[in-house]
Parts: sequence; structure tokens; C-alpha cells
Amino acid sequence: MKLSKITLAVLGASLAAGLGVTAYAASGENGQGESPYQGLTALGYPAPQEGQLVHVPPTMADLDDADIHPELKKVIRRGYELFTDTQQLRGENVFNDMNCSSCHLGEGRQPFSAPIWPAAVTLPGFRGKNQHVNNLEERIAGCFAYSMNGTPPEYGSDDMVALSAYHQWLATGAPMYPDQPIYGRGFQAPPDPEQEPDYARGEEVYQAQCTICHQDDGAGHYEEGEYVFPALWGDGSNNWGAGIVRTHTAAGFIKNNMPLGQPNSLSDQQAWDVAYYMVSQERPQDPRYTGDLDETLELFGSTFHRHSRYGEVREHDDHRLADHANTGEKDFLKPWNVGVSRFEELSE
Amino acid sequence: MNKTVIRGLGLLLGTGLNAGAAMALEGDVQRGQEASATCVACHTADGSGLNVPGGESWPRLAGLDSGYIVKQLHDFQEGRRENASMKLFANMLDDQQIADVAAYYSQMPVTPAQGGEEAGEALLERGEQLAKRGDWDAYIVSCKSCHGPGSEGVGSDFPGIASQHADYIATQLQAWKNDERSNDPQNLMGAIAKRMSDEDIQAVSAWLARQSVTAE
Repeated sequence: MKLSKITLAVLGASLAAGLGVTAYAASGENGQGESPYQGLTALGYPAPQEGQLVHVPPTMADLDDADIHPELKKVIRRGYELFTDTQQLRGENVFNDMNCSSCHLGEGRQPFSAPIWPAAVTLPGFRGKNQHVNNLEERIAGCFAYSMNGTPPEYGSDDMVALSAYHQWLATGAPMYPDQPIYGRGFQAPPDPEQEPDYARGEEVYQAQCTICHQDDGAGHYEEGEYVFPALWGDGSNNWGAGIVRTHTAAGFIKNNMPLGQPNSLSDQQAWDVAYYMVSQERPQDPRYTGDLDETLELFGSTFHRHSRYGEVREHDDHRLADHANTGEKDFLKPWNVGVSRFEELSE
Repeated sequence: MNKTVIRGLGLLLGTGLNAGAAMALEGDVQRGQEASATCVACHTADGSGLNVPGGESWPRLAGLDSGYIVKQLHDFQEGRRENASMKLFANMLDDQQIADVAAYYSQMPVTPAQGGEEAGEALLERGEQLAKRGDWDAYIVSCKSCHGPGSEGVGSDFPGIASQHADYIATQLQAWKNDERSNDPQNLMGAIAKRMSDEDIQAVSAWLARQSVTAE
């Protein structure tokens, strides 16, 4: 099978003019290059809009046939394996029950499930969360600190290079620093709900739609020691500093991806309600915690935690969220990459 | 680990509560063996069943989760899962006997499956891909994302499908695809089956049938 890189070619008559379409396309066989993501509209996702960058990342099957050095293939494959089975770093870099692919569905390739290739073409870039320019490795390190409640592999280490290589491989053919908005990027929140998100309504949705996999206590499920369904809260889940503790991010993930295999099946109201229920549960402390909740809120309450329930008092039981020093399975609060300033010499 | 055990219990408890009082009956293996006289003609004495290409395959019951078997038998009785012969046989069992045969078959070692022997390399590769990684371009999630590691089953809701007869799996997926089976929780299987091509179904059925499940 002959592979060709198609860059900025408009593929398929159904696509609006001006759409930037990039793909690492296989000629013949699966025909995915013909009209990328057409199937997604049938699943309730928006179609690509004029002016958007649409990129179809290569698959692992494409990697087998790719004309790149076999050593690089090995490293990309290692990155893929780390991404989809991050639990192999349990106790070393990962201190909860999650894999990268728990939230980045479809092996990090899937639109509306925070596909990971955009990181490879938009970084280095300024990141509001830590107020400086981050490269791809530092961005990945952030996931380890917060979403994996752990500590990242060192910059330049084999595992870090492998993960970066997998990200960049998925971006093959996409333009660097694109000036168009990216189709399907992130977890796009559904429109604001008619009613304020509500804990009790969210709990009802949760019981009806989510417990079959994630359990009443949100702990997910392990089968014979192997991860199956991810933990949504508690010690097995992401800590208070992870992006998905923000209600709109959680609502965006849920609306676009849950229940598994049935995206966009919940109403916008249901997605907001069940997200609110989920983000109103306890989880390990934010690694940026100073030892005092109010003090931490002074630092991050008007920025990151403006969108979370960190430090809020829960309506039904007067529990103040995140008012604890529990770090979950890890025996430290702050990994080495959190709170590190950079480029200070460039400041005036 | 303790955590695993506690979670396992949580899953069982949750299922028991959802399933209602009739399904919470405790099964007895000894009594189940006696009651299984009704079942052995098709599902055979070792619970391995039989693959019948082009006909009605009799699924392996050996090693299936007892809660899953209980639910299926009640569903046959109540018409939530339609099968003329199974409705007949399920109706011969009372609630206690259902719990008993379920306990009996669930403790049997998983037997090897039949079918898929003639499948070529490309088909098996496709089957392995669907089982382990899915095909997200078609929004087909992997089998293992619900059926667990090795697709050997998770609790009472997600049965073990590795080492199940190929023609049985294929028939069931086709039934979901064609709206002839809908007793899965929350249409979780139905939604996926409808996105699978006939070749996908053939591929994944053949691959799953050829997996051996080792006893713990």
C-alpha cells in the first residue's frame, strides 16, 4: 500500500470551500481521506465549518507502513503504549487509576474528545494555567501532575520522548502554528443549560446512565487488577488541579463522549447536571495547595478555580469541597514540575 | 488487593439491587447440577455448547458470570430476549432453579470455542483490532473497553465473550444490528453493533472464538 501525505488539500465535494483539510492518508483501502469525519454528523457532532482546520491523524496501522526510520517507529509505538496503558507507570509517575486514553478517547485521535495532536502544532505556546510558555513535554508533564495525580517522567527521558513522538506522529501533515481554529479540539461545552446545573438532577442522571460502569461511589472498576472503567472521583481519579474538575470541561467531555458509544445522547441539561454532580465530589488535593484552602483560593480562585467547585460548600450536606490535605495514593503533594517559573530573565 | 475485592463486591451488590429480588436468590451448585438436566442436551455436560454454522449455535455457558446467566434466563421467560427454544426451556425452571443452574455453570472452567477456523490472517487481524482497540473512525469502541481485559467479562452486565463460539457471537451481533435483540443495559451493545459491517462481525467473532481463556 502506497502512502502519501496530503497537505491542505480539499478532499471531498461535501466540504465547504476554504476548509483546511490535512491528513496522513492511505490511498485506497479504508478511504478515510475522502470525506473526513462525515460519519460524526450522524452521531450528533457539528460538521466542519468553513475556515476550520480539519486534520485526520494517522492510525497505528498507518505507522506500520510509514516510510520512517524503524527506530522512530519503535519509539512512537512505545508512546502509543504509554498513552493507552499509562498504568504501567503506576507508583512511579501515575498514582491513580487513570490512563491518558481514559479521557482522550480513540487513542488520542478522536475529535471532541480532546484529540492530542493539536498540542504538537500549537506548542511551544503560552499557557494561562502556569503563566509561561510551555513546550509539548511540559504540557504532557502537566497531565501527570494533575490528571494522573502523579509526577512526570523527566524532560528528555525515554518515556517523555516516546509520548511526545506519539503526539507529533498524530499531527503528521498538519500545519505548525495553524492560523485557523481546529475542528473538534478540546472538550467543547454544550450551550448553557436552561436551568442552573443541579446536584439532585445530576445524581438522577448518574444513577440512570453512569453507575453500570463507574459504580455508585464513582470509583470505576478494575477486573483482575486491570483497569476497565475509570474512576470519576475519589483517590483513584484525577486531583483538584486537573482541567476536568471545571464544570464546563466535564460537561463537554460527557456530552460529547458518554455513555461510551453513545455520544450526544444526553440532553445539554443532563450533561451539565451530571457534570455538576461529578465535580461536586471529593478527590485528591490540588498540587498547588499551600496548606490552606483560603490562601490557595486567593491564588487560583479567580483564575483556574473560577470554573470549579474548589472550596465551595456543597448544598445538600454543607461539606466544604477540597478542604483537606489528602493527596490520594501518592505520599507527596507537589511534583517537581508544579510551580516552576520560566523565562524570568525575559521579564522587564 | 483489598480494593479490587471491595470493588468486585460493589459491582455484584449493585447488580443484585438493580436486578430485583428474584435475581438475588443464592444459587446452589449441587442443585444446579441436577436442574441442568434440562440444559445438557444442547449446552452439553461440560457447558461448552456447540457451534452450528448457518444454524442456531448453542453458546458456551461454562465460566459465564452467574448473574448474567440469571438475567438472560429471566429475559427469555419474560420475552425481553426472544428465542423460541430458550423460552420453552427457561420456563421449565423456577427462580431458585435459575439461580442454581447459573451457579453451576459459572463455576465450570471455560471451554475452548469453535468456529472461525477458516478465517484468514487479514480477517483475524481486523477482529483483533476491533476487540482490543476498536475502530474509532467508525465509532466502534473496542470489545475490551466494556468486556474487560481479554474480553473475559466484567461483572454480571458484560459477559465474557472470548472463547465463545464464533457463530453464536455473530448471530447475536446481527440480532442487535437488526433490532432483534435489545436486552442489553442502556443499549450499550446495540449502539455499537449497528455500526459494525457484516465483515466486522465475522472478523471479531472469529478472533474471539480463537482466544483461549485460562483458568485462574
